[in-house]
Amino acid sequence: MGPYYIDLHKTAVQTQQKSLEGYVGFASLPNQVYRKSVKRGFEFTLMVVGESGLGKSTLINSLFLTDLYSLEYPGPSHRIKKTVQVEQSKVLIKEGGVQLLLTIVDTPGFGDAVDNSNCWQPIIDHIDSKFEDYLNSESRVNRRQMPDSRIHCCLYFIAPSGHGLKPLDIEFMKRLHEKVNVIPLIAKADTLTPEECQQFKKQIMREILEHKIKIYEFPETDDEEENKLVKKIKDKLPLAVVGSNTIIEVNSKRVRGRQYPWGVAEVENSDHCDFTILRDMLIRTHMQDLKDVTNNVHYENYRSRKLAAVTYNGPDNNRAAKGPLSTKSPLAQMEEERRDHVTKMKKMEMEMEQVFEMKVKEKVQKLKDSEAELQRRHEQMKKNLEAQHRELEDKRRVFEDERSNWEANQRLEQQKMEASRTLEKNKKKGKIF
Amino acid sequence: MAANEVDVFAHEEKRNLELGGHVGFDSLPDQLVSKSVTQGFCFNILCVGETGIGKSTLMNTLFNTTFENEEASHYQSEVQLRPQTYDLQESNVNLKLTVVHTVGFGDQINKGQSHKPILDYIDAQFERYLEEELKIRRSLFNCHDTRIHICLYFIAPTGHSLKSLDLVTMKKLDSKVNIIPVIAKADTVSKSELDKLKIKIMSELVSNGVQIYQFPTEDEAVAEINTSMNTHLPFAVVGSVEDVKVGNKMVKARLYPWGSVQVENENHCDFVKLREMLLRVNMEDLREQTHARHYELYRRCKLEEMGFKDTGPDSQSFSLQETYEAKRKEFLVDLQRKEEEMRQMFVSKVKETEAELKEKEKELHERFEQLKRMHQDEKKNLEEKRRDLEEEMNAFNRRKVAAETLMGQALQGCSQPFKKDKDKKN
Repeated sequence: MGPYYIDLHKTAVQTQQKSLEGYVGFASLPNQVYRKSVKRGFEFTLMVVGESGLGKSTLINSLFLTDLYSLEYPGPSHRIKKTVQVEQSKVLIKEGGVQLLLTIVDTPGFGDAVDNSNCWQPIIDHIDSKFEDYLNSESRVNRRQMPDSRIHCCLYFIAPSGHGLKPLDIEFMKRLHEKVNVIPLIAKADTLTPEECQQFKKQIMREILEHKIKIYEFPETDDEEENKLVKKIKDKLPLAVVGSNTIIEVNSKRVRGRQYPWGVAEVENSDHCDFTILRDMLIRTHMQDLKDVTNNVHYENYRSRKLAAVTYNGPDNNRAAKGPLSTKSPLAQMEEERRDHVTKMKKMEMEMEQVFEMKVKEKVQKLKDSEAELQRRHEQMKKNLEAQHRELEDKRRVFEDERSNWEANQRLEQQKMEASRTLEKNKKKGKIF
Repeated sequence: MAANEVDVFAHEEKRNLELGGHVGFDSLPDQLVSKSVTQGFCFNILCVGETGIGKSTLMNTLFNTTFENEEASHYQSEVQLRPQTYDLQESNVNLKLTVVHTVGFGDQINKGQSHKPILDYIDAQFERYLEEELKIRRSLFNCHDTRIHICLYFIAPTGHSLKSLDLVTMKKLDSKVNIIPVIAKADTVSKSELDKLKIKIMSELVSNGVQIYQFPTEDEAVAEINTSMNTHLPFAVVGSVEDVKVGNKMVKARLYPWGSVQVENENHCDFVKLREMLLRVNMEDLREQTHARHYELYRRCKLEEMGFKDTGPDSQSFSLQETYEAKRKEFLVDLQRKEEEMRQMFVSKVKETEAELKEKEKELHERFEQLKRMHQDEKKNLEEKRRDLEEEMNAFNRRKVAAETLMGQALQGCSQPFKKDKDKKN
């Protein structure tokens, strides 16, 4: 980031309100968005979970008014499994010019075994693997098509016992509520009278609250009217549904329903069950929100946990214990670590330099000292020798002086003696004659 | 905005099913739109052009409002970018508009670096988005998107074609941002001159390989109008915020003694076309192109620069985790290596200095050995001399003694000299 402009990132962006004096035209932006989205088409992935025989396939068929599950493609209850499987089927449906690629994820075998411990694990693994796929495709260098196969909504079917949630229900919802939007439904609601249904619903909501399970929440809007509707729905949670594959004639109307000797339970009759509420909420009003919550909340949670694990996977594991998750990217984290390391290295380098310098100084000093010492001794010895030399010189001089004096003396004496002897000789000689 | 849903229908094994009634998912686009409207939209315009060419006036005219802008002088030493953000509202649509002007563009004597601040700014906005996208905890949907969606390049109406500065700048920008060239102050060009100018400009752009933004023609709803508009590029525009009375209406126009140039008159200039294309028809496409094409290109280059790859040497795809782990391992190995290097350097330095000092010590010892030997020699010398002296002294003493004895004898002899002669006579 160069110095050529005001850095938007650091200073708070100051925006000014401006009023327009005429029609500009960007109000058509929503239309442009609409057009583009229709052209692109839509995707939605729905997961259904519940024991076999609770009418899951029938409900899906009723919701989408189509034979998703038919004789050729039987629903999960027809497939008896020993362990929980996760299967998906994709269908492309069109309506009013809008294309929807609908993926239904089945979990046959859930809750059907004698020992159901960990039967939720394959489901959790499946959801995570879809997140993983998305994360990988989002993180590629070359990002082309990013198909979104993440689970947007999980419909959880509760058996209509009338007495409350089963331990399996609670376990499942507790483990999945932070991974996917969970919408609990009371299945085969036509076995409950309205009062029983009310009681049951209250009991379930109490238990959900007690276990702190976060089921999908309808977002608040600014619109008063909408908020009233949302409140009405909230009061009816969990929704009690009935599904049907057959069309029956009631009062000369053709309706989907279940024919009993005592009457017809109509699927789309809001006095009989909450099916229409579910359909309206799931498809007509909140489908986009379910996708947004999956993208902005559940996926982001998965992603941040995954990336944090990567970052803290190094030798400095003590970091993981410190404080909340950092918001930096792993790369920024590495940059920081690198800078820290550079500082550390610089310090180390400086310290080592210091120690080195000190040692060198010491040694050099020692060397200097011994040199001085030796030099001193040498000087001393030299002086000594010189002194001895001088002493010897002096001695010699004295001696030589003495000798030359003596020799001179001797010569004189000799001469004297010679002279006296000669005189004596001459005297004697002379006298004899 | 999750603009990542691409047409995947071609790749899946799916069944086409008929619906037995009205399900209701045809409201999905409406759901999406209402969410976007609640969130609000962002749009960022970059205006590149010489000082005084009419950028601010055009913005004011386009948006029917007065954006604050101080008049720039011609004496800027370098090109600067000044962004301003405004909150606009029209019916239920909230638009966060950021207008960025280049200040001082084309004023310097040496314009060789003029394009650089512009590129840097565009890259910085991409970088900001990329940074947010790579964070561990991010909020992309809340983030204020500052990436430039459209660059309006203002061409001076004087001259017969593009200036070399124009060509150079547009060539550098075309892979980073959507460019729409406009001929500014088009009221100084006559109709025939304008046609010639447009043809000349477009042919120069084509021959130099400059890729300007093409209005999209795949969508049937807008294909027709977009195709026709593509032929009118570059748009010749006139801007004005003054109201002039023409007939019985007050219109935006520029009043000359010879008549008034009406901004919204399609015979007079292409302002209406520009507004139509920019704001009313293709705004969303501009945003999409910026995100899906220009930003992706920037991101790809940046990641490759940092050493990220999609596939390993055996063309196995890396998962994100593997990539990060590999990077981290590499990084740690690198750090360790640096540490080792430094240590080694020190060890060798120490060894070297030790060797040096040892050498010096040896030298010193040798020197002193030498001196010692000299001393020994000297001492020997001295000893010899001493001995010589001793000998001489001894010799002298003997002589002395001998001489003295002789002397004694001689003296005795002197007192008996006759006896000797007598002896001799006898």
